[in-house]
Amino acid sequence: MHIVVCIKQVPDSAQIRVHPVTNTIMRQGVPAIVNPYDLFALEEALRLKDKFGGKVTMLCMGPPQAEDALKKCISFGADDAVLVTDRSFAGADTLATSYALAAAIRQIGREQKVDIVFTGKQTIDGDTAQVGPGIAKRLGLQLLTYVSRIAELDLEANTITVERRAEGGVQVLKTAVPCLITMLEGTNEMRFAPLENMIHAARYPVRKWNKEAAGIEDVTKIGLKGSPTVVSKVFGPTPRAEKALMQSVDDASPRDVSLNVIQKIFTQHPTLERDILAKASV
Amino acid sequence: MSEKFDVIVVGAGPSGNAAAYTAAKAGLSVLQIERGEYPGSKNVQGAILYANALEQIIPDFRDDAPLERHIIEQRMWVLDDESFVGTHFRSDDYNKPPYNRYTIIRAQFDKWFSSKVKEAGALVICETTVECLLMDGDQVVGVRCDRQGGEVFADVVILADGVNSTLARKAGFHGEIQAGNVALAVKEILFMPQETIEARFNVKDEEGVVIEMFGKITDGLMGTGFLYTNKDSITLGVGCMLSDFKANPNRSSPYTMLEKMKAHPSIAPMIAGGEMKEYCAHLIPEGGFHAVPKVFGNGWMIVGDSGGFVNAVHREGSNLAMTTGRLAAETAIAAKAAGKGFKAKQLAGYKSALDESFVMKDLHKYRDMPSVFHDNSQFFTTYPELVNRAARTMLTVDGIDKKTKEKEIFSSFRKSRSLAGLAGDAFKLWRAFR
Repeated sequence: MHIVVCIKQVPDSAQIRVHPVTNTIMRQGVPAIVNPYDLFALEEALRLKDKFGGKVTMLCMGPPQAEDALKKCISFGADDAVLVTDRSFAGADTLATSYALAAAIRQIGREQKVDIVFTGKQTIDGDTAQVGPGIAKRLGLQLLTYVSRIAELDLEANTITVERRAEGGVQVLKTAVPCLITMLEGTNEMRFAPLENMIHAARYPVRKWNKEAAGIEDVTKIGLKGSPTVVSKVFGPTPRAEKALMQSVDDASPRDVSLNVIQKIFTQHPTLERDILAKASV
Repeated sequence: MSEKFDVIVVGAGPSGNAAAYTAAKAGLSVLQIERGEYPGSKNVQGAILYANALEQIIPDFRDDAPLERHIIEQRMWVLDDESFVGTHFRSDDYNKPPYNRYTIIRAQFDKWFSSKVKEAGALVICETTVECLLMDGDQVVGVRCDRQGGEVFADVVILADGVNSTLARKAGFHGEIQAGNVALAVKEILFMPQETIEARFNVKDEEGVVIEMFGKITDGLMGTGFLYTNKDSITLGVGCMLSDFKANPNRSSPYTMLEKMKAHPSIAPMIAGGEMKEYCAHLIPEGGFHAVPKVFGNGWMIVGDSGGFVNAVHREGSNLAMTTGRLAAETAIAAKAAGKGFKAKQLAGYKSALDESFVMKDLHKYRDMPSVFHDNSQFFTTYPELVNRAARTMLTVDGIDKKTKEKEIFSSFRKSRSLAGLAGDAFKLWRAFR
């Protein structure tokens, strides 16, 4: 079985700052990490490999420094890593990114047929959750998003059964392989790499593909040129004026506390009491 | 099967990076093990980079190292509660490249240094803690990490694991750290637009200013404060001996000291409007000459903060760290070339190289400084107050004649310190600086 896991190197959003004047994200000095959601995809892929054997290939599009993110995935136990890196990819939105990654996956598939493609649920810097589905569409793969558990994989019958988080419950979906899975966060815990893997990863020669090597056919569909998305405005959220109110519970009966809280809510939202009373009388 | 390297370097700060780079560059197989998420993630320093020590290792570092501003002006301030008396030294000489020193942001600088270490051919692994040294009798033969299959071997282990020096203590190479030998420093990085910094500090382009401060900002404890200008931020901090914080738990804590310093009427306007970007605290080994432990043995050497290599008087640390790292690596290279093993005898060259370098010479020069300042808190309380009062008396024009003012100043000194005390203090200082 051959699994491809797509990752992105992202700035650690916990340490990011917004420039107070220009409102742009200040990336300088902010550490780059593997998109945390992608690690759930990688761990799930490694578990399938542990169970069924096969090979896990990492794929990333980004600047040369993204090599570090791929090496980290090698340390966790991935077998191979490809970095798609070319100046002409710069400025790509999700449409152009999925085009480039789909081309690279086709290329990887020419070396060895790909059975499952994994991505994270979304990235922490873009938060669009569009690249995974975009790749699936371009490659004609069955698409399974927000997967919380892989219930069954039948390699004989080429079917996979997964649990998917959906509004109001869990969907159990069964489909054919090859497929693309976007993995939900919190569904597993990344393993702790043994020392041998750490040293192996530090030595690992990540394969670097430019746009030709990645098999890009139409250069108008990559990078800024292939990106119809326009960022018209960037702004920081304005802090809300209203703050949480404190309600002391010392020496008060639950009834008094509740009445007090209700009174405070009504004072803050004068129309609420009227509306509730109106509803109650219907 | 565990691997064996020529050299294992524990830690990826300035000393560890200097050691790993030098050894790898000479063709030795090097494994460097860092505890943090990436080199620089756990490191704290003011930070000033003294060019010379790095030049000896990477001569053309200026081409791509992330440097903030080169220092063209050094201010020394003696503060009481409302005022300061200071000297400023600014010279256009410092504006002629190659520059002598720079402000840096360590998280960025260390990442750059580490990339050079990797380019030189060393293997660098992060997020891995070395738990202990592996011994074969009295010979260090490797380390054990906190990962599965965590044993890895080497001819020489260079300990660059920082001020706590955990590995050397565990191995019994030296004793527990004494609170009297370490300072606890806290600092903040405050973001500020480049134009604001340039206007407030009268600099342009990449020029920078350093302010060293002492006096009442440390509440009478032995210590100093500092302010450095970076490209678009200001670093501001204060540090005192850990033993003093311990002895005066109700008087001062590091953060109240820093808050007080930020509120000082001479400092507050310089940092007004700054947005805090980072805050951190760290121990600094300030025991000086007498606190330097045994620095080499069978199969091991200690470099940087782990060896207590800090010149507290001149606020030099990273340059001593880089120099000790380089000298340790050069010793390992020579031992490898000689092919006679890696016992203490073959590594003794490290200590003689240290003794011949500025590292031990400077530490020796100021060997008594820590105790002079520590045992005489008047240097941090009484004198700053007296000097500031003297300046105020002399410079306030109020109809009183200058001669009377002089008398008043002199008697204020006599009142606070007896003549013998004044003379004694001067002598102590002269002895310590000599």
